[in-house]
Amino acid sequence: MRDFQFHTPSTLAEAHSLLSDYGEEARVISGGTGLINMMKQDLIYVDHLVSLQNIDGLNYIRSTGEGLQIGGRTTQQEVATSGVVHENNPLLTETYGEVATVRVRNAATVGGGVAHGDPAQDPPPTLLVLDASVHAASKDGERTVKVRDGWFVDYYTTGVEEGEIVTGITVPAAPANAKTTYIKFLPRTADDYPTVAVSALGVVDGGVVTDVRVGLGAVNSTAVLAESVAGVLVGKEPTADLVREAAETVRDLCAPTPDFRGSAEYKTDMAVVFTRRALTRVLGLE
Amino acid sequence: MTQDTTVRVPVTVTVNGTEYTAEVPPRRTLVDFIRYDLGLTGTKEACSVGVCGICTVEMGGVIVSSCILLAVQASGSQITTIEGVADGEKLHPLQEAFMNYGGFQCGICTPGQIMASRALLEQNPDPTEDEIKDWMMGNLCRCTGYYKIIESIQKAGEVIRLGN
Ligand SMILES: Cc1cc2nc3c(=O)[nH]c(=O)nc-3n(C[C@@H](O)[C@H](O)[C@H](O)COP(=O)(O)OP(=O)(O)OC[C@H]3O[C@@H](n4cnc5c(N)ncnc54)[C@H](O)[C@@H]3O)c2cc1C
Ligand code: FES
Ligand code: FES
Repeated sequence: MRDFQFHTPSTLAEAHSLLSDYGEEARVISGGTGLINMMKQDLIYVDHLVSLQNIDGLNYIRSTGEGLQIGGRTTQQEVATSGVVHENNPLLTETYGEVATVRVRNAATVGGGVAHGDPAQDPPPTLLVLDASVHAASKDGERTVKVRDGWFVDYYTTGVEEGEIVTGITVPAAPANAKTTYIKFLPRTADDYPTVAVSALGVVDGGVVTDVRVGLGAVNSTAVLAESVAGVLVGKEPTADLVREAAETVRDLCAPTPDFRGSAEYKTDMAVVFTRRALTRVLGLE
Repeated sequence: MTQDTTVRVPVTVTVNGTEYTAEVPPRRTLVDFIRYDLGLTGTKEACSVGVCGICTVEMGGVIVSSCILLAVQASGSQITTIEGVADGEKLHPLQEAFMNYGGFQCGICTPGQIMASRALLEQNPDPTEDEIKDWMMGNLCRCTGYYKIIESIQKAGEVIRLGN
């Protein structure tokens, strides 16, 4: 790893002024679980790391009328083990609980998780399904962006702009009668990144599907929301045949990178298979 | 000869109850800090990318990988390493159990296994086999085949439940 300077501002204002002083040469560090590995491998060079570790007020989990508000410095393990999260939004509990290992989740933060932009991360497909928003603060103020409005841009590129700090996220609750599931397909080891991942939510009311959402991870350059699924299912009585037809539509969204977890064809086939299983579960066909 | 222009910064941590300060470059990882600056070589490093669990230490009450943390990120925190697990001469029930039930062979992964399982037993002294597997999945071992590690953790849990 190359040399750099490490800054530990104690307020957001100080952090913003460091980020504006050093511009492109600076980068935010939160848990460091993503950044340090990239720096070790010389994938990125940074002259100034601006750490959030001494800034108070960024670690919280609150239940509000708009849903759950979770701080940028809240750890992924805190989300996975929070009673408030589980009560309000079990899909979040399930998803964050699948991230790597206890040890990694204890360091990795929610803000780092939405800023990092690795297409194989667990939280993004679920945040798309739940229509979450990211709060990003710069020296000029704070903006709120829905993750569905293009937050996940490309490999390791997200909506965080230079000088911005993700202070937290807001996650609306799933509809009261919704069933949800997060399926992380792990053919290699239990602590791996997913080969493909499917997050799903479904509501069946009066015998017909009234809401169905599917988010996919590891199948493209970012996590994606499969809007085509609703087109096939909403307004209809759920059946195994319709679920099969709906799952087949996600094939067009898949352009996965072939790697040691499988070829592009294999991953695409698995995305269809696991979408079908997830839909079967959330539409009560099991 | 090029001049060493590396900037050093002071890092103060409390490890196993003793406060230490050392001046290190910000790029120093916590595992290197613990091993080379503090001389506590019980903590090992293998994969260096957060996967194998061998470098597990407790920081601020939770377990972390010390290979993917910077020493400067740990500044001001309380750390426990394998050297701080025994109570003086009296070994921790996990250390006894790993010896008595074949929880290690070559021993390289053992400091990490003990730090991770100690954190598990502190919050749940009676874990099921599945709970142990789920918690310990990030601690790799090339020797034991894992079953003896699981058994060691269960036996240590029994001792802890009986109040040592
Ligand atoms: C061995 C290993 C296995 C893993 N496996 C998985 C897995 O299976 N699933 C999964 O989802 N994740 C996994 N991860 C975690 C990985 O997704 C990221 O490392 C993690 O989400 C980053 O969080 P962090 O707080 O450590 O961010 P950092 O490493 O500190 O930062 C990551 C990026 O986000 C930026 N950033 C961080 N915080 C902010 C902020 N508040 N505002 C603006 N920018 C910010 C940084 O500048 C950097 O570009 C794994 C990590 C490791 C080391
Ligand atoms: S050396 Fe740190 S996890 Fe492997
Ligand atoms: S005892 Fe040898 S690697 Fe675990």
